[in-house]
Amino acid sequence: MSDFNKILLSSSKLSVGYKNGQEKIIIVEDVNLSLKKGTLTTMVGINGSGKSTLLRTLAGLQNPISGEVLLEKSPIKTLDAEIKAKQLSVVLTGQYISKNLTVLELVALGRQPYTNWLGKLSEEDKVHILNAINATELEALKNTACHALSDGQFQRALIARALAQNTEVILLDEPTTHLDLHHKASIFSLLKTIAHEQQKTILSTSHDIELVLGMSDEMLVIHNGKATQDTPKNLTESGIFEQLFPDNIIGFNKENQRFFIR
Amino acid sequence: MILLFVVNIALGSVLIPLKAIIQIILGDDSVKEAWQYIILDYRIPKALAAIMTGSGLAVAGLMMQTLFKNPLAGPFVLGISSGASLGVAFFILGGSALGLSAFVVPNGWGTILAASLGSFAVLSIVLLVASRVRDAMALLIIGLMFGSLTAAVVSILAYFSPAEELQRYMFWSFGSLGDISWDALIILSFCYFIGMILAFSVTKSLNSLLLGDHYAQTLGVSLQKSRFIILIATSILAGSLTAFVGPIAFVGLAVPHLIRQWFTASNHWTLMPACVLGGAVLMLFCDTLAQMPLFEFSLPINAITSIIGAPVVIWLLIRKKKLLF
Repeated sequence: MSDFNKILLSSSKLSVGYKNGQEKIIIVEDVNLSLKKGTLTTMVGINGSGKSTLLRTLAGLQNPISGEVLLEKSPIKTLDAEIKAKQLSVVLTGQYISKNLTVLELVALGRQPYTNWLGKLSEEDKVHILNAINATELEALKNTACHALSDGQFQRALIARALAQNTEVILLDEPTTHLDLHHKASIFSLLKTIAHEQQKTILSTSHDIELVLGMSDEMLVIHNGKATQDTPKNLTESGIFEQLFPDNIIGFNKENQRFFIR
Repeated sequence: MILLFVVNIALGSVLIPLKAIIQIILGDDSVKEAWQYIILDYRIPKALAAIMTGSGLAVAGLMMQTLFKNPLAGPFVLGISSGASLGVAFFILGGSALGLSAFVVPNGWGTILAASLGSFAVLSIVLLVASRVRDAMALLIIGLMFGSLTAAVVSILAYFSPAEELQRYMFWSFGSLGDISWDALIILSFCYFIGMILAFSVTKSLNSLLLGDHYAQTLGVSLQKSRFIILIATSILAGSLTAFVGPIAFVGLAVPHLIRQWFTASNHWTLMPACVLGGAVLMLFCDTLAQMPLFEFSLPINAITSIIGAPVVIWLLIRKKKLLF
């Protein structure tokens, strides 16, 4: 139980946004979050609320406007890139990924931080790759090129790649975009299984609030430039979901945790 | 490739028996002196230049396609060949306009120097811009813009030049593997090996770049460093080759695609050596065609590479319907 409640990724007084010349544009400010080991946290908010910006900043891919991100107590920007690569992996959307790669090659690239300059895979690397492929149920597709995969399968392959990287923390940006309800649910149940069984710390953005309410251990709600972290139950009771959308069109039913259109 | 190398040496405008060639290579002095000269000082350097040109441009093209994540990228997208053209154009065409004679430097060294300076100048500008631009796509477009810009300057120069100089410039732009001396070959191979060593040193980073810049970063790759090495390696390879043999079209663009289709691989540890071999083979083959013994003269190598290469890529595209980087 010593690991229980161990905080792996946290931020203090973090403000994220981007710089437009000299002008700083802050999208989300004063974020104080903490992600515990073995939990699935989902980040929700309306389109353009800054979910992806916050996620990229947490991954160290973008500099914060102010404040800092701590990966196991060390500021992320001071960490050496190769050390960071063994502690934090990402699943991103809209990247220019070579679709010539087969699933196996894609997943194997997750082992890059561990291989020598030749990139040769050791037996241990191969075990991690196969485990990742098994966990995402891609055995049958492992020699298929990515351009021949469906969106859902490709998303699973990207998750497998992050698993192969064998990091404590996995950050995912909209892993269920363009997927139907069945695949959305299966991706999130996969993430939940991974978080609980392999004791990974997972943060994923989503705009499908109803779905992730039942799936997440904790949630981070981005609303009006502020971030609130709590359990789904407490957040529901706090009434924050009612305020997310202009209430003349969409309302939220606390009893069954569903949105409805007025 | 060794077979092609021998065939390449064996064929040419002057027919030399294979036996005599072997004797010459083994250092036998009893063979006709003219033949010795043709083989040792013309055909062997030419064949070696063909190997270096083909493999160097193919590797440079592969790196550019991966770096820019664009199947249309080639070794010359950064404006290398247009820079070299500009240098040569200034040297040959600008001569009369600037009151300088193009014949000051003998033996074509002037052209080589001008081409090197030109490609180096354009590249320095592109590299300077590259350090300020973070987006690879923007860099690609900047390279293309520099290409158009230099092409425009060249055409202005051409407009004011006498026909004789224009012809000389045209001959350079046809590309030629034949005009290379052993001295030049040594300088070229020095640049070639430096470029190749740099290229192979970033092979692992190239593999992670297949996932895109963000993923590569989270895999521990230093984007700026890798990108810089890739650009430098490409510049050295394409720049020196263009300076010595002229702008050779097509090889750099087509060979990586042919190799990818052939091996159906994405791993650069497979692709890089395959490109070295494939580029060398294609270039030797094209050069052999260019100097077919039936002709009294050699055809411009640049035309041959395109005549051979373009239909092959078109055929591949029609068959596969898709060209991915």
